[in-house]
Amino acid sequence: MVTVISRIFNFGFKNFRRNGWLSTATVAIMALALSGFMALMIFGTITNAAAAAIENKIDISAYFTTNTPEDTILSIKQSLEQLPQVADVQYVSRNQALAAFKAAHQNNPTITQALGQLNSNPLEASLNIKAKDPSQYASIAQYLSAPAIAQYLDGPPSYYDNQAVIERLTKIVQVVTTGGFLVTILLALVAGLVVFNTIRIAIYSNREEIGVMRVVGASNAFVRGPYVVEGMICAAIAAAASLVLVAPVLYFISPYLDIFIPGLGIFHYFWTHSPLLFFYVLLFGVVIGAFSSFVAVRRYLKN
Amino acid sequence: MIVFQGVSKRYEHHASALEDVSFEVGPGEFVSLAGRSGAGKSTIIKLLIGEEKPTKGRVFFGQYEVGKLEDQDLPAFRRHIGVVFQDFRLLPAKTAYENVAFALEVAGRPEREIAELVPQVLDMVGLGDKMKNFPSELSGGERQRVAIARAMIHRPEVVIADEPTGNLDPFHTFEIVKLLEKINQLGTTVVLATHDKEVINNLERRVITLDRGRLVRDEAKGKYILV
Repeated sequence: MVTVISRIFNFGFKNFRRNGWLSTATVAIMALALSGFMALMIFGTITNAAAAAIENKIDISAYFTTNTPEDTILSIKQSLEQLPQVADVQYVSRNQALAAFKAAHQNNPTITQALGQLNSNPLEASLNIKAKDPSQYASIAQYLSAPAIAQYLDGPPSYYDNQAVIERLTKIVQVVTTGGFLVTILLALVAGLVVFNTIRIAIYSNREEIGVMRVVGASNAFVRGPYVVEGMICAAIAAAASLVLVAPVLYFISPYLDIFIPGLGIFHYFWTHSPLLFFYVLLFGVVIGAFSSFVAVRRYLKN
Repeated sequence: MIVFQGVSKRYEHHASALEDVSFEVGPGEFVSLAGRSGAGKSTIIKLLIGEEKPTKGRVFFGQYEVGKLEDQDLPAFRRHIGVVFQDFRLLPAKTAYENVAFALEVAGRPEREIAELVPQVLDMVGLGDKMKNFPSELSGGERQRVAIARAMIHRPEVVIADEPTGNLDPFHTFEIVKLLEKINQLGTTVVLATHDKEVINNLERRVITLDRGRLVRDEAKGKYILV
């Protein structure tokens, strides 16, 4: 058994080396397909980042009347945090609001002067609430509208002012993520088919040899094994090549993407995640390479 | 050892390739199958190595009934036979040494034995100095000698040669036939299919003559005679 397996691997490596041109062509096409696959994974990250960036922009604020005691606000904050829909609640006290306001307008003498003339802090304390999912803002807003809380609020929560915008953004996030997912699946399928056919053609050119091996008394596993090994070698080299192909492209387009989605840093993402990306592309390639070889040889194994 | 019992083979949409053929070949015999192209020589060989199944009748090889063998049993069965073809059928990506070694490797023989046997057999066919050459670097006669070395390396009970000299000039033909006789002298049964009159007449061995799928003559010291 060990002898058989070591011979199968030995033959696989030798065939790969000796079929130089065919191996090179196969690796080249597989590298392109796998680059496509890797680009898809990165595209998935971009859409997720874009969706997250949009989601991050959405929150709702509840402003409390200036005479609401801080304890009450904090207990409402606590009760909000208990809600399953809520991801995060930020409390902005009246003093913090004032400090932020001053900082924001420090270069505007009119406002600074006007503030100085006031005896008390005119700003209200507020809670900024982020939902786990944008579609949940409506129910959070509803919770805040209950009389027990609404009595302390200065007007309804900001959600109702921005309802249309939030709903539209939610829709966009959904479309971007599901659409991106579907496109990824579809194109991954195409990449898989390209790899499959490339290997099939390579094996087609070997069909006579498969017949010879059979006549000499080679078992099916012995005929098939080296081709499967060869398919895996091609995939492994193609995976490494795809990493080298994709890197400069990302390096070039990364700054442009950053203009659309600030803080995306796609090249940085690629660089820090390259071992993981390589692992996925390798896995995808090796599985498809081995499977394609396995299936492609089968039709020449009759008789 | 080899028994054909009333064997017929018909391919779809074609006239029959073999019609009620019966004969026996004993151990250590050297038998030539003679006849024009299309007489049925290759069909007999295909039936013998299990590449085809008979439409009617039975084919035996030792204890095996060849027509009844399942696909997965064929590889092990074929290790009892060595086959030589007109078009050599060597593996182009393997050297002469590796082509011969392959027949032992598929049978799971240990590396040490292979390293010892292959050079011996290649020496015997006169290719001791061309072990590292690829088939594309060898002449037709040399390729056929590699094929013969491959066919005999695992000491099969029978060597079957299907028009082994069909692609060779008279000089190389003579060499190949000499090699087959040598193999036979070592105790291996040889079945040689050929339409080469010279070859058959010089051998002075048993000749089975086929014509349009029928066995028309079976003589112990035959000549190449066609009706």
